Amino acid sequence: GKHVEILDAKTREKLCFLDKVEPHATIAEIKNLFTKTQGKSLKDEDVLQKLPVGTTATLYFRDLGAQISWVTVFLTEYAGPLFIYLLFYFRVPFIYGHKYDFTSSRHTVVHLACICHSFHYVKRLLETLFVHRFSHGTMPLRNIFKNCTYYWGFAAWMAYYINHPLYTPPTYGAQQVKLALAIFVICQLGNFSIHMALRDLRPAGSKTRKIPYPTKNPFTWLFLLVSCPNYTYEVGSWIGFAIMTQCLPVALFSLVGFTQMTIWAKGKHRSYLKEFRDYPPLRMPIIPFLL
Amino acid sequence: IQGWLSHEMNPSVTATVKLGQNGKESGLGGLETAEVLFQTQSLTYSKIRGKWLVLAIAMVRFYMEKGTHRGLYKSIQKTLKFFQTFALLEVRIIPTSVLVTGVQVSSRIFMVWLITHSIKPIQNEESVVLFLVAWTVTEITRYSFYTFSLLDHLPYFIKWARYNFFIILYPVGVAGELLTIYAALPYVKKTGMFSIRLPNKYNVSFDYYYFLLITMASYIPLFPQLYFHMLRQRRKVLHGEVIVEKDD
Repeated sequence: GKHVEILDAKTREKLCFLDKVEPHATIAEIKNLFTKTQGKSLKDEDVLQKLPVGTTATLYFRDLGAQISWVTVFLTEYAGPLFIYLLFYFRVPFIYGHKYDFTSSRHTVVHLACICHSFHYVKRLLETLFVHRFSHGTMPLRNIFKNCTYYWGFAAWMAYYINHPLYTPPTYGAQQVKLALAIFVICQLGNFSIHMALRDLRPAGSKTRKIPYPTKNPFTWLFLLVSCPNYTYEVGSWIGFAIMTQCLPVALFSLVGFTQMTIWAKGKHRSYLKEFRDYPPLRMPIIPFLL
Repeated sequence: IQGWLSHEMNPSVTATVKLGQNGKESGLGGLETAEVLFQTQSLTYSKIRGKWLVLAIAMVRFYMEKGTHRGLYKSIQKTLKFFQTFALLEVRIIPTSVLVTGVQVSSRIFMVWLITHSIKPIQNEESVVLFLVAWTVTEITRYSFYTFSLLDHLPYFIKWARYNFFIILYPVGVAGELLTIYAALPYVKKTGMFSIRLPNKYNVSFDYYYFLLITMASYIPLFPQLYFHMLRQRRKVLHGEVIVEKDD
C-alpha cells in the first residue's frame, strides 16, 4: 500500500501519517481513516486497552486555551441580568431624566414584570448551584465575555423600555397580562421539573447517560414529544414575558434565544439518536411534531 | 470540511475540489457539472466587471460633459443600486471569507440604500464621488482578476493591480463613506428620519442619528481588520509567504 501524510493547511505541521493505504482508495476513504485516528476527544474514563489503535497508540494533544468553569460562567451571566434589571426598575439616576430618579411606575404590569424577571434569574442561579450536573468542567475563557455581553446587554435593553416613564401597557389590558402570566408560570414550573428529572437521571459524581422518560410529574410528559423539553419551556416562558410586557426587545430576545436553543436541541437530539438504538421515534428536538 | 485538500490559494482550484465533493460519486457527471459551473462563474464575473466598466465610463462621460460632479449620483444611481443589491449573491459565489465579503457587501448596501438614496441633499457631496470612484476601480480590478483566474490565463499585472490598488483605494473609499455619513448627520437629526420615538405600543425606540454615529465608530475596529486581511493576502500571493492565521 501507499503512505499518506496529512498536513495542516495553515501551519504545514504533520497531523497524521497513514501507512498501508490502498492505491485505489478514494479521498472519502482517506478522510475516514484520518478522522478515525484523530477521532472524538477521549474521555477521562476511557481505558487504553479498549481504544481502537494498533500496537503503538498515538495520542494527540490539543491545547484548548484558557478555560473557565461552567459554574462560574453561569453564575456571572445570570447574576448580571438580575442586578441590571433592578437598576432600571428602581430608576437609578442617569438612566431616565432626573425628574424620574427613584420614582415608581404606576402600571401594575411593570411591577409584575420585575417580579417575573427576577424570579426567573434567581431560579437559574439556584439551579446552577444545586440542581445541574455538568458533564464538562470547563469551557473556553472567551465564552464568558461573549455570554455576558449577550445576557447583560439584552437585559439592559429590555429593562430600559419596560421601566421607562413612557412605557405603554399591553393593548388588551389585564386579560392579556393574566394569560401571559399563566403561560410564564406554567413554563417556569415545567422548566424546573425537567431540570429535576434530568438530575435524577444521573447519580451524583457519575457521567452516565440515559434516555430521559416522563415521570409522575405531568410537566415531564412533554418528554413524550420532545428531546429537550427544558428548552421548549424556556422559550414558552419568554414568549409569556413578551406578551405580558408587549415589548419588542423582549420578543427579539425570545427569538434569538429560540434560535440558539433550537441549534442545541437538534445537536442533543442527534447525539441521543446516535447513542441509543431504541430512542423513541415520535420525539422531535424542541417543538412537538415540528422542529 | 470544504476543499480541505486544496493545495493552493487559487480560486479555480478551490472551486474544483468543492464541486467534486458536492457531485458525490457521480464520476463523469460530476466533472461535467464542474465545467458548466466554471463557465457560468467566469461569465458572471465578466458580466459584473462589464457593468462596473459601464458605470465607470458613464461617470467619466458625465464629468466631461457637465464639468461638475453635481447630479452625477442622480444619473448613475439606478445602475449602482441594481448591482450593489445584486452583489448579495456574491457572498455565495466568491470563494473568499464569508465574513469579509459579508461585511463589505452589507456596508455597500447600507451606503447606497440607507444613505445616498434616502438622504437626497448629500447626493451632490464630493465625498460621494470619492467612494464611487474607489468602489468602481476596485470592482473592475477584482472581477477582472476572478475572470482571468478561472480561465487560467492570469496576466501578472492584473494580479498585481488586485493586490496593490487596494492599498490606496480602501482608505480612499472609507474616507468617502465616512465623510458622506458625516455630511448626512445634520439632515438626519433635523428630520428624525427612520426613527421611532416613545411612547408607542411596542415599547421600543430607534434613533437613526445615534445609529449612524455608532456605524461611523464601528469603522474603527472593522476597517483595520479588513485592511490587514488584504495585506496578508497580498504577502501570501505576491511574495509567497506562508502565514499562520488565527481561526476565522
